[in-house]
Amino acid sequence: MSTAAETRSTEELAPVATETLAELLVAKDRPPRPSALSTSITFGWRAILKIKHVPEQLFDVTAFPIMMVLMYTYLFGGALAGSVDAYVQFLLPGILVMSVVMITMYTGVSVNTDIEKGVFDRFRTLPIWRPSVMVGYLLGDALRYTIASIVMLAVGLAIGFRPDGGFVGVLLGVALLIVFSFAFSWVWTMFGLLLRSEKSVMGVSMMFLFPLTFLSNIFVEPKTMPGWLQAFVNNSPVTHLTNAVRGLMDGDWPATEIAWTLGWAGVFIAIFGPITMRLYTRK
Amino acid sequence: MAYDPKGPAIETAGLVKVFGETRAVDGVDLTVPRGTVYGVLGPNGAGKTTTVKMLATLLRPDGGEAHVFGHDVVREADAVRSRVSLTGQYASVDEDLTGTENLILLGRLLGHGKPQARSRSAQLLEAFGLTDAAGKQVKHYSGGMRRRIDIAASILSTPDLLFLDEPTTGLDPRSRNQVWDIVRAVVAQGTTVLLTTQYLDEADQLASRIAVIDKGKVIAEGTKGELKASVGAGSVHLRLREAEQRPEAERVLAHCLDAQVQLEPDPVALTARVGTDGNGEQAAEQASRVLSELARAGITVDNFALGQPSLDEVFLALTDRPAVATADEEVVA
Repeated sequence: MSTAAETRSTEELAPVATETLAELLVAKDRPPRPSALSTSITFGWRAILKIKHVPEQLFDVTAFPIMMVLMYTYLFGGALAGSVDAYVQFLLPGILVMSVVMITMYTGVSVNTDIEKGVFDRFRTLPIWRPSVMVGYLLGDALRYTIASIVMLAVGLAIGFRPDGGFVGVLLGVALLIVFSFAFSWVWTMFGLLLRSEKSVMGVSMMFLFPLTFLSNIFVEPKTMPGWLQAFVNNSPVTHLTNAVRGLMDGDWPATEIAWTLGWAGVFIAIFGPITMRLYTRK
Repeated sequence: MAYDPKGPAIETAGLVKVFGETRAVDGVDLTVPRGTVYGVLGPNGAGKTTTVKMLATLLRPDGGEAHVFGHDVVREADAVRSRVSLTGQYASVDEDLTGTENLILLGRLLGHGKPQARSRSAQLLEAFGLTDAAGKQVKHYSGGMRRRIDIAASILSTPDLLFLDEPTTGLDPRSRNQVWDIVRAVVAQGTTVLLTTQYLDEADQLASRIAVIDKGKVIAEGTKGELKASVGAGSVHLRLREAEQRPEAERVLAHCLDAQVQLEPDPVALTARVGTDGNGEQAAEQASRVLSELARAGITVDNFALGQPSLDEVFLALTDRPAVATADEEVVA
């Protein structure tokens, strides 16, 4: 039947070994259904493989955070705290929060560009826990947040940041930040699925992230702000998170702020998780 | 629906999907027996892909019912998913990952342990002649290689039902033949295959039953023989040496075949339908009779071809003469 195959050579491809294939197909037993954790980790591995193949995408978790630390420390340091050295003690935990929370928007961008590809049809026909695709993205992103945090801390230490909380305090601060960012990213998975183009995802993200991160206690104490702004700033999840991270890195245990932060994280997942999954199932 | 281990692989009744104003699938009834290749034949936009997506639990039907191995595709989607695999019209693999990574990823998602996923991937890549390309990102693969890795991804765990949505669209003839070989190997091991295609010869090569679908409706269903009988076995295509002889040739053909003769835009070419009862042998006999009659009339034939009916001809025949179509009722039952 396929005599043409022997005479023509349009592709340098080895022939299909149909006998071997037949043997492989005889194995009918399907393995047991994998757990939600296992499939989520597998999707996380997929995200890491993508970073491995396109390492340039780490630019936004390396160059961007370095720029943020240097720019704001030297720009505001003298004016706001009298010296760069004094300001960096205050600013670094905050700028860490700001950068990582801003980086979360790339989750939405990558979901948006990825979701139209044919491979999602296959993922959706697998008998697996459905949210694991999204959780996988976020696990991959958690790695990116970790890289960004390490880079910023290294730069901070180099320019004079000396946290009183020591290694453990810094570690706890970063861990809390990553937990919050993981939860917060569900906002962007939703927008990634909802909006039609990568550009609109970026646009919407910036519109939310700029006010959310700037209208906080990251750069200055809210005391000098007008009352209505203080009301917003003091109740913003970013302020709670910044207070908690600052406290932990300072060697304190800011229990209330940690509780607020985790509470907000829970709220983000509870609201945007189901919306994301609804959109994903319908896509 | 009670589960019947020998019942059909797929059973749909009045399946409907509406996109805005368009009724993409408009009351499709299908019964696909187990262990066979079932062809769904139709032009672009006929509703083939939409039907497959509903059966593979990717789209929710707006009306009607569909059962896969007795499981409702909406209410028991997970049970359906554990029995089927889908190879989409466009590569359903991750183009940014390598061949090996794709297969291991899917192997793990199907519940294989790491070593199993690894060894099964390597074996499949070898069987599909992709060992050399295993470490390359799929986006650098040729069309034929993509289809192979795509099908390999679909059989990491041998599925009971494999959906192949236009598996050879855009492939060169050689790669096409190889995909056909793979489909035959898969079905030989007992997997049911639902194949959608725009090509009659593909359905002819692989499928035992065929549903012809147009504008979201099944317009004919039956075995290959039944379908061909409704269309005629094919056409004779003639190219004459002299354009002046064409009117004479047309007369001979019309007389010989008792069929409408079509004059092609090329002034030396003409086409006529043969073998209206679908008997291939008779079509050949008719063709040879035509040739000798033409020779007797002193007409020089430069080129002669006996072709299968094209999809266009099938549609023309089916939509012009719906009575000939082999019983839509049969599928409803």
